[in-house]
Amino acid sequence: MEKPRFDWLQPVKIGLVGGAIGVFFALVGMVEAFSIRDIVDGIVSMGQMLMLISMTFTGYMAARRTTQPQHLWVLGSSLLAGLMFGGMVALLLIVGSLVNLRAVFINASPTLYELLAFGRGTQAGALLLLAEGVLVGVAAGLLYLLTGRFRQALVNALGWVVMAGVLQELLRITFGAWGPLAVINQWLFTGKGLSVPGAASLFVLVAGTTYFWSQTGSVLSNRLRRLPPGGQHTLRLVGILLLVLIVLALPQILGLYLSEVLTIVGVFALMGLGLNIVVGLAGMLDLGYVAFFAIGAYTMGALTSPELGFFSLSFWEALPFAVVAGVLAGVILGIPVLKMRGDYLAIVTLGFGEIVRILALSDFLRPWIGGAQGIAKIPKAIVGSIEFISPQQIYYLILVGCLLAGFISWRLKDSRLGRAWMAVREDEDVAAAMGINLVATKLLAFAGGAAFAALSGAIFASKLGSVYPHSFNVMISINVLCLIIVGGMGSITGVIVGAAALVGLPELLREFAEYRFLAYGAALVLMMLVRPAGLMPEATRRRELQEAETVEAEPEPAFGAPASP
Amino acid sequence: MAILTARGVTKRFGGLTAVSKFDFESEENSIYSIIGPNGAGKTTFFNCVTGFYRFEEGDILFDGHSIVGLTPDRIVHMGIARTYQNIRLFANLTAIENILVGQHTHLKSGLVGAVLRLPSTVREEAAALAEARRLLNFVKLAGKGDFLAKNLPYGDQRRLEIARALATRPKLLLLDEPTAGMNPHETEEMMALVRHLRDELGITILLIEHDMRVVMGISERVTVLDYGEKIAEGTPAEIQANPKVIEAYLGRGSATEVVSQASAVQASPALA
Repeated sequence: MEKPRFDWLQPVKIGLVGGAIGVFFALVGMVEAFSIRDIVDGIVSMGQMLMLISMTFTGYMAARRTTQPQHLWVLGSSLLAGLMFGGMVALLLIVGSLVNLRAVFINASPTLYELLAFGRGTQAGALLLLAEGVLVGVAAGLLYLLTGRFRQALVNALGWVVMAGVLQELLRITFGAWGPLAVINQWLFTGKGLSVPGAASLFVLVAGTTYFWSQTGSVLSNRLRRLPPGGQHTLRLVGILLLVLIVLALPQILGLYLSEVLTIVGVFALMGLGLNIVVGLAGMLDLGYVAFFAIGAYTMGALTSPELGFFSLSFWEALPFAVVAGVLAGVILGIPVLKMRGDYLAIVTLGFGEIVRILALSDFLRPWIGGAQGIAKIPKAIVGSIEFISPQQIYYLILVGCLLAGFISWRLKDSRLGRAWMAVREDEDVAAAMGINLVATKLLAFAGGAAFAALSGAIFASKLGSVYPHSFNVMISINVLCLIIVGGMGSITGVIVGAAALVGLPELLREFAEYRFLAYGAALVLMMLVRPAGLMPEATRRRELQEAETVEAEPEPAFGAPASP
Repeated sequence: MAILTARGVTKRFGGLTAVSKFDFESEENSIYSIIGPNGAGKTTFFNCVTGFYRFEEGDILFDGHSIVGLTPDRIVHMGIARTYQNIRLFANLTAIENILVGQHTHLKSGLVGAVLRLPSTVREEAAALAEARRLLNFVKLAGKGDFLAKNLPYGDQRRLEIARALATRPKLLLLDEPTAGMNPHETEEMMALVRHLRDELGITILLIEHDMRVVMGISERVTVLDYGEKIAEGTPAEIQANPKVIEAYLGRGSATEVVSQASAVQASPALA
């Protein structure tokens, strides 16, 4: 038998691919842009962290692909991959010092080279990069060789430290608003990033918790499961109550700026819930969804603003009209596209979205909806003596909207209508052959989706106090679609999670806004590869098991069973 | 009494006449088969009956009412259901949801009922679920209701498709090659199921089938199509001895030879 030989080709390939990604990060300017924020003050910046994480990931992948389980071989593979990664970046450094790359790659600035070379010049920097590659590669290999629990603990702890560093502003504001928690603030953060002792203690805390939780967690959940049903019920009730309290108190906890972010997340989540009916349940790809958002916002504006001088309804008086206008628009769009499927439908709806935006801009409609100047002086919502002005108040308005939309979607999904939508999504012809009226079913989906978008638009208009045509471009449609895909098609919690991830996160990282769409693209590709069903996939219902007893109680003889000859 | 009557049905695709002046009559509470070589127009005729295709000429009466111009959902309403040659379940719905969709025409609850979960809706849903479970049990899929349709084995999918068709409470059931791809044992079971549907539930069955054992074994009358035209009609025994049929299947020249052997092959799957 031939002795197995060390397969060096695989790790080299993986290392080169990883290195290419690292060079890409550097040349598109992410490393430099991210280095303005320190994860741990004075030790590692976000830019360096990006490189380190990609390097570790590369080494880990190489370790995982090793054909033989010997430890040395695994370490060798990850070392080789890390070395290749470091080598690629070092090569960039050397080439950059010889040739002016800036003519093509405008981000290949001296600052970038300095960052990559750890401020030590080209030669020393290149050597340092190689050494870094070797070290990180070996570390990744070791991580792979660790037992599951240790690995989980380490990865979790690192993840938490990185997240705490990336979201430092959010945390600082949150802790700062609460007197007693200010102590944590001082311990954890310096002015620029996590403090060294703060980062270390966070690391130890998370690692320790994860490690012990993996031991005791299953025991604990087992014990909970063995509680009597009454006890479980109370426990669940307490959980729900706690969740409700947190959701209600969120704006007070988070403060003004973060509440603003929350309201934006809410506006998109509300739209997402609507589009989820059209795309997720009924399977009709609508790329012009922003049109309904715009129609809701403009109806609210045109009916309430004293500036135009037609109507001066209050927010609540205008709201039903806005929703009805959305529904009508949904039906009007729906009728001509009834016979279209897939790509064709997508193109036509894309056009519809643009038509609405251009109409809003047009001089023709200017007297009614203000043309390019838009509509200003849209009043806020008033309930009793409370006027919803600040984001902290508007949050509740949007929360109610989202809850309403979520509740309706949830109830519809598991109904005759919801099943009809899903049947149309799966196979339109067969759905018709099951007695489903395609015209009514599709129009209801369009109308329902449009109603939620219009509601969202109306709240959005009142929140801003003005509407402008340029707020309603095609990117909004794309954003909403992305958040459904990332969250999980057809899943209601998925929409919320998707909105938080794709709308909330970018709002928190505004200084890196230019990489927003790069991150979107990467997130979508990654999702398709790793979790095609989304972050929070729709759970398949377990009706049969729940009610298995009733079946056994009244057994119907299966055909061919002894009962029937 | 004839439950389904076709008079001079003609369906053309451009220059190709897929079904030509087809006359057909199916007795209530019978099992009839339509056979013919590939491309003979059998499935096209099914598509005409279920409203998938509009045919150019002729008329189809179901229970005395013309179905010309009706959409598929109206036709289901009248009591015609079908299965498909290549299984067309709702792949990403569970087995039980597939059957629930089949009951669509018999449920009434709308938007408001579903959102407010009115008592009438709750009752209706519970009854629908019980009915779905009963049908699942009936086609021997009890306990598999929570499986996604696409994850069921092939034979189960075929039976689920029949259960879904039954959920529409049809008077006439069109089965398009129900035993395709099945082993002899599964085929036996399917034949017994088809007989049972007719005998116990009183559903009229119209079959497209290639497996001659099935055709000859369970159908009362057989209609043979070739190039869109009816070339023969009669009892299984008559069809088996008909030289025109043998010619259509095996080509000119083989007819005489085969006829002489026909009595010997009576119970074998010779023509498949």
